[in-house]
Amino acid sequence: MKLERPKLTLAERLYLPAILSGLALTFSHIFRKKVTLQYPEEKPEIPPGYRGQPVLVKDEEGRVKCVACQLCEFVCPPRAITIKPMEYPENAKYGKVEKIPAEFDIDMLRCIYCGYCEEVCPEQAIFLRGPYSVTGLSRKAMVFNKEKLLELGGTLPDPIKKWQKK
Amino acid sequence: MEAILIHLIKIACVLGVVLFICAYIVLVERRVCAFIQDRLGPNRVGIPLWIRKDGSAITLGGKWALGQPLVDACKSLLKEDFVPAHVNKLYFWLAPMLAMSPALIVFAVIPFGSKLFGESMILADVNVGILFVFAIASFTVYGIMLAGWSSNSKYPFLGGIRSSAQLISYEICLGLSVIPLFMQVESLKLSEVVTWQSNHLWLICYPWNWLPALIFLASSFAETNRLPFDLPEAEQELAGGYNVEYSSMKFAMFFMAEYTSMIAASALMVTLFLGGWSLPFVPATGGVLVGLAHICIFLAKLFALLFFFIWVRWTLPRFRYDQLMGLGWKVFLPLALLNVLIVAGVIILGWVK
Amino acid sequence: MHDQLFWFFSIAMLLSGLLVILGRNPVTSAMFLVLSLFFMAGLFVLLEAYFLAIIQILVYAGAVIVLFLFVIMLLDLKTENVRQFKRFGVFGALVVAGALAWKLTSVVSAVLAAAAKPVVGTTEAMGKLLFTQYLLPFEVTSVLLLIAMVGVVVLSRKETK
Repeated sequence: MKLERPKLTLAERLYLPAILSGLALTFSHIFRKKVTLQYPEEKPEIPPGYRGQPVLVKDEEGRVKCVACQLCEFVCPPRAITIKPMEYPENAKYGKVEKIPAEFDIDMLRCIYCGYCEEVCPEQAIFLRGPYSVTGLSRKAMVFNKEKLLELGGTLPDPIKKWQKK
Repeated sequence: MEAILIHLIKIACVLGVVLFICAYIVLVERRVCAFIQDRLGPNRVGIPLWIRKDGSAITLGGKWALGQPLVDACKSLLKEDFVPAHVNKLYFWLAPMLAMSPALIVFAVIPFGSKLFGESMILADVNVGILFVFAIASFTVYGIMLAGWSSNSKYPFLGGIRSSAQLISYEICLGLSVIPLFMQVESLKLSEVVTWQSNHLWLICYPWNWLPALIFLASSFAETNRLPFDLPEAEQELAGGYNVEYSSMKFAMFFMAEYTSMIAASALMVTLFLGGWSLPFVPATGGVLVGLAHICIFLAKLFALLFFFIWVRWTLPRFRYDQLMGLGWKVFLPLALLNVLIVAGVIILGWVK
Repeated sequence: MHDQLFWFFSIAMLLSGLLVILGRNPVTSAMFLVLSLFFMAGLFVLLEAYFLAIIQILVYAGAVIVLFLFVIMLLDLKTENVRQFKRFGVFGALVVAGALAWKLTSVVSAVLAAAAKPVVGTTEAMGKLLFTQYLLPFEVTSVLLLIAMVGVVVLSRKETK
């Protein structure tokens, strides 16, 4: 294929006008508003639906949605999740739920953010909606326990109140 | 004995100031480039003044990152100085020094002020000043070439080859572009070039000197390996060019060499075209105050030009290699030769007074 | 001071000159050539021929040797392992060296006889000499260089037809 090269005018062939306009443009940028975010002081706004670290959620009545079925523990590819189930007392409000996790640990050093746990969860109790910055000063601090995961997860209202219907 | 002592003090001062500017021009470059790209750039590290008991420190100028050069220097010094097994050790060591020293030696002949305490503010007022500058500056190419060759690997080698061709080509343009100036001034001494300009107008004020100024400016971009002519270290093509195999302080030497030669080129440009330390309405001779004022004027012009260097770098994209060679040999060289003739005609017509 | 510097520069120049031909590595040879040119420039400075000294460095050390290095690197010359002497080569070298020595002695003796007048090697004096007394050789040399250049252009031009 033969390309027709456009005929350049003298000003274009001299380069200089183009160079000068480029210089003017970059110079004007020096005084523009800067887009830099001064990170530790200023934090970015996280849009809803952001995919962060896995966390546990409660429903609007403050009940832990997890029923300790341990599916996520089994499906977890790097085996970051460890669950110790326990039974509800017989006369408790949610006695018929049978099980809740006594301990629910996610080793955030092992987690690969694959989201299998979220996908496999039958109770919609675990979601990848946590923070974007996961830090800790020791290996131990990077193992997030149940309290921490629930705190990070917060409440996620659930339209299906299946434990009240029974 | 006393004369030698004064000379040593002068040399120490000049070297100190040049290296100081060299360190801080890196910071300026980072800030300016950030501003041009709508960013902020380094704005955290201040100069530490006092460390409190709890480990926090009182710092100066943190907002302006005045401590950044210090931190950068410490980083380069403390990094592992890795020498690959396949290099030619001797030249691998020699190259950074050869790259750095010519740029520093050039300052020996640049008049940076008129007179202070009866001492002329120039280290060596040799009568072949400008030729001395070109002779010394032509040695920069050895540093880059030997670095490329001794690294004994592909990309540095290509960078070295490119740079040697580029530097030699543009040296010719550089040399030819200043011939008209010396035809007007009738001396090769840089101090006399400046005195001539302080008695007449700056050389840039004469319209027939605009073309040489442009050629000189573009060629000095090429000589200092700055964009748009930074082919020897074209990151995207050569992964960094001649300095790929270098690390730690040796790399920093190349880095500093680029900035020092940038300062040298700016100082030369100021001396040749922008009137050196002279400024209209500032007396050419006088007491200590006038002497100091001259040095400040020179530094101000130097900084303006350095800013221009940085500004251009973050505006223009890199030339292609054949375009670079075509520009040097087919455009600048004939134009520079033509300009010698034009200025000769102007002098014969007696327009230069 | 002057004498000591003269001896230092000449001995250093001769030594680095020797190393040029004794070195096995072509790049090392080229670098010693640069060094010897430097010392020669030093000798010119001692003779107060500043222009010549600077031109020596600018043209030879700054450009010509760089081109040498360029060629050495492009041809990728490896360190010479075995040095072969050819009878004809040795004979030719001896003849050339003898002729050069003979010519040199005659030139040096002529200069000594003329008891060199002090000439200030400034740029102006140099330029005046070149454009008056030595105008013809100067122009002939430039034409010679032009011929070489045209020759290179013709040789390197691609056949278009």
